[in-house]
Amino acid sequence: MSNIVIKIENLSKQYRLGQVGSGTISHDLNRWWHQVRSKENPYLKIGETNDRATKGTSEYAWALKDINLEVKKGDVLGIIGKNGAGKSTLLKILSKVTGPTIGTIKTKGRLASLLEVGTGFHPEMTGRENIYMNGTIMGMNRHEIKSKLDEIVAFAGIERYLDTPVKRYSSGMTVRLGFSIAAHLEPEILVVDEVLAVGDAEFQKKAIGKMQDVSTNQGRTVLFVSHNMEAVKNLCNKGITLRNGSISFTGNSDEAVKNYLSENNNENRIAHKKYSNQSYPGGDIIDLLEYSLLNINNEKINTFNLYEEVRIELIYKVKQKGFTSYPNLHFFNQQDQILFITTTTYDTVINSEGVYKTTFIINKYTFNTGIFKASIAITCYPGTDVQFHINPAITFKVEESNIEFRKTPYTDVIPGEFRPQIKNSTLKLEA
Amino acid sequence: MNNKEQWNTLISPKKNLFSLNLKEVWNYNDLLFMFVKRDFVTIYKQTILGPLWFFIQPIFTALIYTFIFGKVANISTDGLPKILFYMSGTICWNYFADCLNKTATVFRDNQNIFGKVYFPRLITPLSIIVSNLLKLGIQLLLFICFLAFYFFFKDVTINFNQEILLFPLLIILLGALGLGFGMIITSMTTKYRDLVFLLQFGVQLLMYATPVIYPLSSMPEKYKWIIALNPMTSIIETFRYGVLGQGSFSWWYLGYTVIFTLVIVTIGTLIFNKTEKDFMDTI
Repeated sequence: MSNIVIKIENLSKQYRLGQVGSGTISHDLNRWWHQVRSKENPYLKIGETNDRATKGTSEYAWALKDINLEVKKGDVLGIIGKNGAGKSTLLKILSKVTGPTIGTIKTKGRLASLLEVGTGFHPEMTGRENIYMNGTIMGMNRHEIKSKLDEIVAFAGIERYLDTPVKRYSSGMTVRLGFSIAAHLEPEILVVDEVLAVGDAEFQKKAIGKMQDVSTNQGRTVLFVSHNMEAVKNLCNKGITLRNGSISFTGNSDEAVKNYLSENNNENRIAHKKYSNQSYPGGDIIDLLEYSLLNINNEKINTFNLYEEVRIELIYKVKQKGFTSYPNLHFFNQQDQILFITTTTYDTVINSEGVYKTTFIINKYTFNTGIFKASIAITCYPGTDVQFHINPAITFKVEESNIEFRKTPYTDVIPGEFRPQIKNSTLKLEA
Repeated sequence: MNNKEQWNTLISPKKNLFSLNLKEVWNYNDLLFMFVKRDFVTIYKQTILGPLWFFIQPIFTALIYTFIFGKVANISTDGLPKILFYMSGTICWNYFADCLNKTATVFRDNQNIFGKVYFPRLITPLSIIVSNLLKLGIQLLLFICFLAFYFFFKDVTINFNQEILLFPLLIILLGALGLGFGMIITSMTTKYRDLVFLLQFGVQLLMYATPVIYPLSSMPEKYKWIIALNPMTSIIETFRYGVLGQGSFSWWYLGYTVIFTLVIVTIGTLIFNKTEKDFMDTI
């Protein structure tokens, strides 16, 4: 017996756009007439890919198109994609809330879906009553719930409010209770849709921990939809990227996140700008004229290999003397988390008028592969006077075209934001 | 590797019309219990009179009917005490009407839950029938009190007939009719809502085509057959005949109602079963 627990084959889902009205009935009648004559549904041949931003010509759109996927037991699969990419539709079909238009899904074992926490909570009922209500909706029976009641209450941390109507709960408490019930379902497959967005940091950590525990220690399968890339990277081992209703990437979760983010950033990766006469960004003391990312051949680039040395040049005009200025760069990853800041030092003090050029050299093996952003600022002293701060000024991609420079047998993706070469040595001490 | 793998769930676009999966429905009996409990626990929360409202409603309805139809319009009650006559009719009618009204909007009322979690949808209409059954039980207690009052203190002779033993069947018929019609209507209104408007006044009008506020015997022979075509007629008439000793009872009428109910429930269940799968896309 193979260890595949979910098998999705040629799954597609079509939606009709626009309003349901008297026009719909003619389509229904036509569809029915085809069915009577055992012909194929005529509206399945048409339909467009589901790009919500462009105006389409067809009334039908494919929310999902030809999805094929296998999930193994114990996998934690992250599903990422833009709004409207089809993530929720996929989960809805998996949860049997709605049916597919074409294709099949086969699953092994009990599947519980958490498209929302606390489904069926009634505000007038007490926490205890709602645990039974929600638990039975999710498919537990009374005895299961009874035996787990104490655990559920303890995990949610609501002992004091157990016999108070849920309408008196804070929204956070409601979510905690809802998640706690779901976490104690013990299904073989757990489907989770963006439920961690609510709840405080402590609870999010607890919830992620619980999901990790469920998958690694109990060998259960989790499907997790989220826009929180860090959570996907931490929690999942596999990832898929959905784009306009199709799977555009399958692989491990780190790669999937990178792929998704680079898909989004590909369009406008700016690494050079020359300002025209009157539009210099700047303040009383300094105006920025131009900045660029250059390789060793003085070519303006926005993509380079991690084993290449590149530099960032700033050209600016100092209009007032008597200040010392420090150009600085802030580097960010794709999630806009700051990685590090670098600035000029006392050796390069500028204190007279004129046009200057400052060069920052990015050593090879600084960044790991991926997309990064840099902002540019110049700060003047005394007074810590920030003349300008352009954020993001430069977006660049670091690649690794030639994997042989690694000089290791490992050829897969290496995670992390940086890839500095750490000196190392190995000595033979004993034979 | 073994080719015959054990999949326990298959999700596909086509669904057999007759695959009801009643075993699965049974597995969710705890959920049905919870839905019923929810209806009871929550309905009169934050009221002072609480469950007394269960009694107040039917008493007032019977009183007003007694006044309007009995005293003002002077409609015959087959010689029965007016209160008892109207109560017997409205208790039965209300059970049917409540089942129908609640079931007929089940998809719309529950779309929040249905859109998030899967469970056999049939549980929800069944829970409506059961919670209305409990309500009916409470009202019947009230009815029995009135009956005893008239028997002991007003010396009204009340002749039970052996047809009183049909009572459980009558209750099943009432619930099943409401359920069947309700499931048909709710399934048909997920996409086109026209029937919703029909339902609103349809139930009201249907009551007048049922011997709730008048006995069948008071109908002119010419129109009797029209009223008798209404499957509700024989249920209410049989109830009155069995409990109060007055009314028209015929095995033919009752047999007709049984068959009618079976057909409606079957059609309702099949349509409901077909609709439940992707009504979320059209509602």
